[in-house]
Amino acid sequence: MKSLFSMVSWMGLFRVWQRNFIVYRQNWKISFLAPILEPLFYLLAFGYGLSTLVGNIRENGMEISYTAFIAPALIAINIMNNAFFENTYSSFVRMYYQKTFDAMMATPLTVNEIIAGEIVWGATKSVIATMIMMAVISAFGLIQYPSGLLLIPLAFMGGLAFGAVGMYFTGIVPHIDLFNLPFFLFITPMFLFSGTFFPIENLPDWAQVIAITFPLTHLVNLARSICYGRFDGVMLWQLLYIVIFWMVFFPLALYKMRKRLIK
Amino acid sequence: MQAIITAKNLTKRYGDLVAVDDISFNVLPGECYGILGPNGAGKTTTIRMIYGFSPMTAGELTVFGLDLRKHLCAIKSRIGVCQQENNLDPDLNLLQNLEVFGLFFNLTGRQAHEKAQALLEFMSLDHRKDAKALELSGGMTRRMVLARALINDPELLILDEPTTGLDPQSRHQVWERLEELKKKGLTVLLTTHYMDEASRLCDRLLIMDHGRILVEGRPADLIRQYVGHDIIEVAEPSSDLRAYVKARQLQVEDFGHRMIIYESNGSNLYQEISKKYCQEGCLLRMASLEDVFLKLTGRELRE
Ligand SMILES: Nc1ncnc2c1ncn2[C@@H]1O[C@H](COP(=O)(O)OP(=O)(O)O)[C@@H](O)[C@H]1O
Ligand SMILES: [Mg+2]
Repeated sequence: MKSLFSMVSWMGLFRVWQRNFIVYRQNWKISFLAPILEPLFYLLAFGYGLSTLVGNIRENGMEISYTAFIAPALIAINIMNNAFFENTYSSFVRMYYQKTFDAMMATPLTVNEIIAGEIVWGATKSVIATMIMMAVISAFGLIQYPSGLLLIPLAFMGGLAFGAVGMYFTGIVPHIDLFNLPFFLFITPMFLFSGTFFPIENLPDWAQVIAITFPLTHLVNLARSICYGRFDGVMLWQLLYIVIFWMVFFPLALYKMRKRLIK
Repeated sequence: MQAIITAKNLTKRYGDLVAVDDISFNVLPGECYGILGPNGAGKTTTIRMIYGFSPMTAGELTVFGLDLRKHLCAIKSRIGVCQQENNLDPDLNLLQNLEVFGLFFNLTGRQAHEKAQALLEFMSLDHRKDAKALELSGGMTRRMVLARALINDPELLILDEPTTGLDPQSRHQVWERLEELKKKGLTVLLTTHYMDEASRLCDRLLIMDHGRILVEGRPADLIRQYVGHDIIEVAEPSSDLRAYVKARQLQVEDFGHRMIIYESNGSNLYQEISKKYCQEGCLLRMASLEDVFLKLTGRELRE
């Protein structure tokens, strides 16, 4: 583990990040569109369309509107999606089709710096998307401030964790089409069953046990606590779970990508 | 004089395949050194080890007098590399491509910008600096890759098949740029399977096949040593000619419809053969590196 990290210089990591940022900056208008429109669509469809059917939800002893219930989940889902998508499809394209990493490896950059830079970039995209969504959702009065600002570091932590998982898959998939698999088996179930659109208590017991192992479940809970300005000690455990996820998958991603890139 | 590159018993294995098999050579300052060989000979693998892309399986590599295993990062920052594939960044325009690469070498944004501008001019690409990498022709792309390899003012330039797939005009343009760089004292290591390229650019070279070095030396010396001075090519050689070359114990290669006779001592062999044995045509020409190459690596197709 130590040897894995000793080869990452912050400068090298930053340079890789910077390359992605320069590319992102060129298309920012398009990149901004999704995080603006997506929460609007969901809030309209679910919040207004569904809430009359669903009514209020009891969450942690609190009675809240259905819109207030899903708004933090939308942010958490976006944290997951942005980093995971970036470090699967986008990183894979850079690695496999554009040979961007090969070119980088002929410079003083190391593979570890390249991969760490990519993962931090994935987390950055989660942060950018989160900030835009916060602006939109705040317009509906669904985020309490100043505690709501904690969503930003949360997005970064969550982004690192899901980005590392994504990068791990990038290290092992033989072909880009096979990303369907982790999306179908990992992302979609989490999207649906992490207490996002209904409380996990509504699930059968066995399914609840599985849902508890999903990192998104904990990210959603953290986002809710932050949005409602309601803090307790459980949050530390939830955060710890996400950090552990990152600590497991980050070295694994480095290991698999080193195997893949170093010939 | 201290060598820029010293490779001792360099070996690279991929599983059971020995891609580079215990080769040793050195490259001196200011020299253009060529690695020649047919496809799959191990050229790319060799130079990848030198620029730190592939770890070596065994052997010793010293670059700029530094042990590659210990000083990889320091060495890489002083090398410019043109990889075999054109991997320009398609998400960026030409100017940005160079600037971003400058950042990878830890130039400041300003330094990278100035250097990028200068290189675009040097490669006659400044009029296309806003173009995306994928909009370029093959020749321009290659010049761009070459420009990118110079962003850090390298002391050693490593080129993997710099002109493969280019039209003659583009090849000559790349060669001219390389000659200019050589004049400025840059050390160049290149791989190629074009003999005209090697003859024109390389001060010394090695020819490798199946991961091993077959010969090493100056192009002119290699030609003299392995094929002699002149070559006589005879179309449709007669049985009389076959008997004649056998009797005189000449060095020949017989392909049935064509025979190549190596001549080293500048005698009047050609007069004799063309007078007596040439029904279908005879040709006297100077021996070239290509003759050495084909003689040593054989004529059967690769891959
Ligand atoms: N990453 C790799 N994995 C396995 N075999 C490889 C790899 N790279 C090259 N080889 C093999 O090593 C040999 C030498 O390849 P290479 O150095 O690319 O040859 P050249 O550049 O002279 O055409 C070839 O047989 C090739 O198939
Ligand atoms: Mg090659």
